Amino acid sequence: MPRVLLIEDDPSIREGVGLGLRRRGHDVSSAETGEEGLALMGGFRPELVLLDLMLPGINGVQVCRRIRETSQVPIIMLTARGDDFDIVVGLEAGADDYIVKPARTEVIEARIKAVLRRLTDPVGARPGVEHHGELSIDRAGLSVAKNGERVPLAPSEIKLLLHLSASPEQVFSRQQLLEYVWDHSYHADARLVDACVRRLRTKVEDPDASPRYIQTVRGFGYRFGPL
Amino acid sequence: MRRIAPLGLRTRLIAAFLLVAAISAVTTAALTYQQARNAILKQTQDTAISTLRDQVEQQEFRLPLDQQEVQRIVIELGKRGKPHPWIIFGEYGSVRVSTNPGTPTSSVITDDLRRKVRSHDYTAFQRVEDQRGNPWLTVGVPAFIEHNGSIEATGAVFYASVPLATEKQTVEAMVDAAKQGAVPGLAIAIVPALLAARSVLRPVRDMRRAAQNLGRGRLDTRIEVRGADELAGLARTFNETARALEQSVRELQDAEVRARRFASDVSHELRTPLAGMLAVTEVLDEDAERLDADTAKALRLVSAETGKLAVLVEDLMEISRFDARAAELNLDDVDIAEAVRKTLERRHWVDDRVVTELPDRVRARLDPRRFDVILANLVGNALRHGGAPVRVTVRTAPGEHGERLLIDVADSGPGIAPEVLPHIFDRFFKADAARTRSAGSGLGLAITLENVRLHGGTLLAANGPTGGAVFTLDMPLEADA
Repeated sequence: MPRVLLIEDDPSIREGVGLGLRRRGHDVSSAETGEEGLALMGGFRPELVLLDLMLPGINGVQVCRRIRETSQVPIIMLTARGDDFDIVVGLEAGADDYIVKPARTEVIEARIKAVLRRLTDPVGARPGVEHHGELSIDRAGLSVAKNGERVPLAPSEIKLLLHLSASPEQVFSRQQLLEYVWDHSYHADARLVDACVRRLRTKVEDPDASPRYIQTVRGFGYRFGPL
Repeated sequence: MRRIAPLGLRTRLIAAFLLVAAISAVTTAALTYQQARNAILKQTQDTAISTLRDQVEQQEFRLPLDQQEVQRIVIELGKRGKPHPWIIFGEYGSVRVSTNPGTPTSSVITDDLRRKVRSHDYTAFQRVEDQRGNPWLTVGVPAFIEHNGSIEATGAVFYASVPLATEKQTVEAMVDAAKQGAVPGLAIAIVPALLAARSVLRPVRDMRRAAQNLGRGRLDTRIEVRGADELAGLARTFNETARALEQSVRELQDAEVRARRFASDVSHELRTPLAGMLAVTEVLDEDAERLDADTAKALRLVSAETGKLAVLVEDLMEISRFDARAAELNLDDVDIAEAVRKTLERRHWVDDRVVTELPDRVRARLDPRRFDVILANLVGNALRHGGAPVRVTVRTAPGEHGERLLIDVADSGPGIAPEVLPHIFDRFFKADAARTRSAGSGLGLAITLENVRLHGGTLLAANGPTGGAVFTLDMPLEADA
């Protein structure tokens, strides 16, 4: 069962969520502040971070950025609905998903599983490395390189890229992507997809030109190519 | 009966001004004319009368008076006319002579004057006009002689007729002057009238504009107070009223903001302990099975109520955000039929309890999460309070500002009672006062309505022709955030 780092300043949530997840067999380590959480990253080496956005001291968004500097560990933000701005900023900072508080443990665990789930190979995906323009995509190894240089991608980013590039030039709606990539069986919001696309673009697209790989189809959604 | 259109304040002010100017001009002219005319005529009259009397007195009468004697005196008197040359008539018994040899008797001397002179033996005068309308002053003076130390009447009377043409001209010139002065005077009076009207009307116009602004909700509207007249006083009163109004509105708004802030803060504060509690409800439910019956019951109760409380607090938060205008639309393009199907699947309303009529390939631009909430709430309500089967009909129709999305949710229940209908979207409204808490938070329909409004749509509740309740959602096919 995965090692989860929970960064949450409120003791009742920290204990409650910690207790609930431990009961379900997770190895949970808790931190009260962002600083404490960052200090735990090295020793505990979590496979997933549950991060409260509203933290005293350095806030969740900053913690998220600091983690992303060195690691592509999946990050799920704990937010309160109504902090819309923070959700977007958190997603931009590199979070893979978010959970609205208060949430039942089963919901939290479902999100954790969805983020950790490796994408099943889409039908017709060839093993080995595919080349799309300057991008080389290794589906088996779950890695992407641009001009031979490895691009570090967060779990949601790599899933999105693999999913889109598996069917080049096919348009996917945001809702479809939410279901395939994030496994959201409920209506999450499309900003998850938009923020993830923006992060992916900054990593793989040419900054001075319009997007080549992940193109927006107005009124419908996104597609990979045509190159 | 047609009423005459009311005249404007400006017209009335100018008319009043001109009326006053005209009245004063005419009155002044009339008084001046009368005074001047009297003064001029009096002077002429007095001079003529006293001159004639003095002349008659100074005459040496040689008795007996006969035609020649009277004639002589007449001619003598005729030379001394003052202030104008005059015509003298002498009358003595049957003798009639005058300075005009052709006309021994005058046409302007009236019998009335003769009678006055004869009856009192005293000077009398009269102002008359001849046939041609020329004015004459006629004076009659009886002649006396001193006889043996006493004064006796001779019976002779000398009349002078003095033409008043010069005086008439002078007076007419004055009337003309008054006439000619009054018209330009009135014309000139229009200028101050306009100025006065403007000085009255400008504050009135300012006030009207200010009142309009106030009515449009701009409560910080104030009028510039000029001077210290009644209008300035009115302006000051207006400003004080506006200030008081602004203050009380601000107090009300502040109170409302505080109340809403309080509701929002309370739900925020509740959320944190709830998050902790909700995370452990599972543990309670699981372990309850291994404990004695009472403890198990208690734990399940806590767990179930925690879940309900979490829903209530979430809904409160949602309503607070609508109240604070903080709710945002996150628009996406969706296939409407697919969105409706997904909402129903997610709630497991996939059996024949819900019947749908969905159009193919209609794309809408809306907030998918909010749309899901809207539809789930309407269908959930229909199933809970109405009855299956629930019919969901989706169609599009052209509207004033582009295509509209119309969704009907009709149930097969008894319908909504008429006294409940107006309150159906109220917060925490209980159709039956004694009703216990329902499964929902009591905010479901209120939130649904707010969500629809956020999309720029309307939501109506009514009873269908067959008796069940019908909720009709009408919103733009392409909402704009």
